[in-house]
Amino acid sequence: MTQLALVIDLNVCVGCHACVTSCKQWNTSGWAGPLADHNPYGAGPTGTFFNRVQTFEIGRFPDTETLHFPKSCLHCEEPPCVPVCPTGASYKRPDNGVVLVDYDKCIGCKYCSWSCPYGAREYDERQRVMKKCTLCLDRILDQSLPERERQPACVLACPTSARLFGDVHDPHSAVSIAIRERGGYALMPEWGTQPANHYLPRRKTRLHIDPDQLQRVDNPLRREDLTRYTGEEAVDDVAW
Amino acid sequence: MHPAFSVLFLTTLIGAGQGLFLALYTGQVYALAQLLPAPGADFYVGGSVLALALLVLGLVASFFHLGRPERAWRTATKWRTSWLSREVIVLPAAMALVALYGLAHALGLTAPWFTLAGVLPVDATLVLGLLATLAVYALYVCTAMIYASVRFLPEWHSPLTVANFILLGMASGFMLAAAYAAGRGAPLVSFYGLWAVIFTLLGLVTRGASLWRLKRITPKSSLRTAIGVRHQALVQIAQGATAGSFNTREFFHGRSPKTLRRVRGLFLLLVFPLPVVLIAVGHGLESPLAPWLAFGVQYLGLLAERWAFFAEARHPQNLYYQGVA
Repeated sequence: MTQLALVIDLNVCVGCHACVTSCKQWNTSGWAGPLADHNPYGAGPTGTFFNRVQTFEIGRFPDTETLHFPKSCLHCEEPPCVPVCPTGASYKRPDNGVVLVDYDKCIGCKYCSWSCPYGAREYDERQRVMKKCTLCLDRILDQSLPERERQPACVLACPTSARLFGDVHDPHSAVSIAIRERGGYALMPEWGTQPANHYLPRRKTRLHIDPDQLQRVDNPLRREDLTRYTGEEAVDDVAW
Repeated sequence: MHPAFSVLFLTTLIGAGQGLFLALYTGQVYALAQLLPAPGADFYVGGSVLALALLVLGLVASFFHLGRPERAWRTATKWRTSWLSREVIVLPAAMALVALYGLAHALGLTAPWFTLAGVLPVDATLVLGLLATLAVYALYVCTAMIYASVRFLPEWHSPLTVANFILLGMASGFMLAAAYAAGRGAPLVSFYGLWAVIFTLLGLVTRGASLWRLKRITPKSSLRTAIGVRHQALVQIAQGATAGSFNTREFFHGRSPKTLRRVRGLFLLLVFPLPVVLIAVGHGLESPLAPWLAFGVQYLGLLAERWAFFAEARHPQNLYYQGVA
């Protein structure tokens, strides 16, 4: 079975919000739209988004680190938002595992949002239904697009390639390999929701230079030997 | 969680309506067993109309919670998995049975169909009342399970939630029955008043237990598991929205902890001791006004109780919104 998902590399995310704006642009103008805004050019703009980037500071000054954290629906393998829906508007596609809302069936009771520990669902004030990330299914499944573009808008927009997209059930896919080899983890694993989306942790690259690497002990080229010899027996004399 | 007034009115109004019906039927059964003087058919008809009116008002209030109320009929489809769907099926069923119960009394369908064990004459009102009683209890359970089944909210995810909804609903329903009986001059005021006090005190035990439990809840998730960073010092710098979002509105009550404490104190006063005193005073003075006052005070208290019920539930998604939490 296919389970499409995103893998987000926190190590390279720079928090530019390109994924947020490209998501909004694609989805507000397409099948899942409009994503209504309230007061967009006023003092307190607010609206519906499928994807948001948050920022956290880890540690205390001066040992701090900035973490940009893109946050969208995780397309759980055990989605708790689906069984609570009274109308069946909230469902998980059996063919590719994407969790979706049928806007024509949703009554806007918001009960699914209570049953999502990640806060991944947003109520659209204009259409008065619940909305959420669709993984850009209308791009992925559109055979008229060139194959390179059959990816979520956020993935195409990311300037640092922090967002990987693929089938996490295929052990040979790029996303599966990334999760397996680069310590991919799920959010709030304690709830047993088995999120399909994974995050790759931040990594520190530290350069450690040993003195041995600067000066070889068994170097046959005497010229590199910087030791000053003053007549004592050298290792080479003993050897032969 | 954000306390939506539509839901506060829904749960308190139907709770009282269900309790009132249970009071009427209990009165009928007691009268049948000749433990109480039987009031006339008018009493049951008027009471059923009142109970039905409360159920209808609750249903109307619930529509204000929906974005698309015109599609509410669709909610009956997922009863296998969703408690909300189950409530939507049971609520009209209970309303219909309460209406039929009142109608049977209005039409005087009290001729016994058969006599059970030679002592109990079974007529249409008794059978319809029994079915309505089952529906009313099922409705209490469905309404409460909507909240108790949300495992992400440990404050609600407890059998105490169901006990509170049943006992507090019955308390306010029996209060209303006492007031209604007093208003009609029926001889059942003390009977209903006594049971209202009993249910109120039982409700105090379960609600008190849930408040006690509340203090001992340790959240399952933390910011560390929410973003997957193992560090004790995590500070949120940006929440991803300029002026809030659905996430910052739906999951926070938006008041200070002090307000929450005050509302809690208020409902502990209005729901439990005051109505009990008013019922006792009404019993002593034989005042028809005191039971109405008791019901009114307790109903206001129950609105505050439901407000606190929502406000004290802390959703794990709030971890992503440290600036509001």
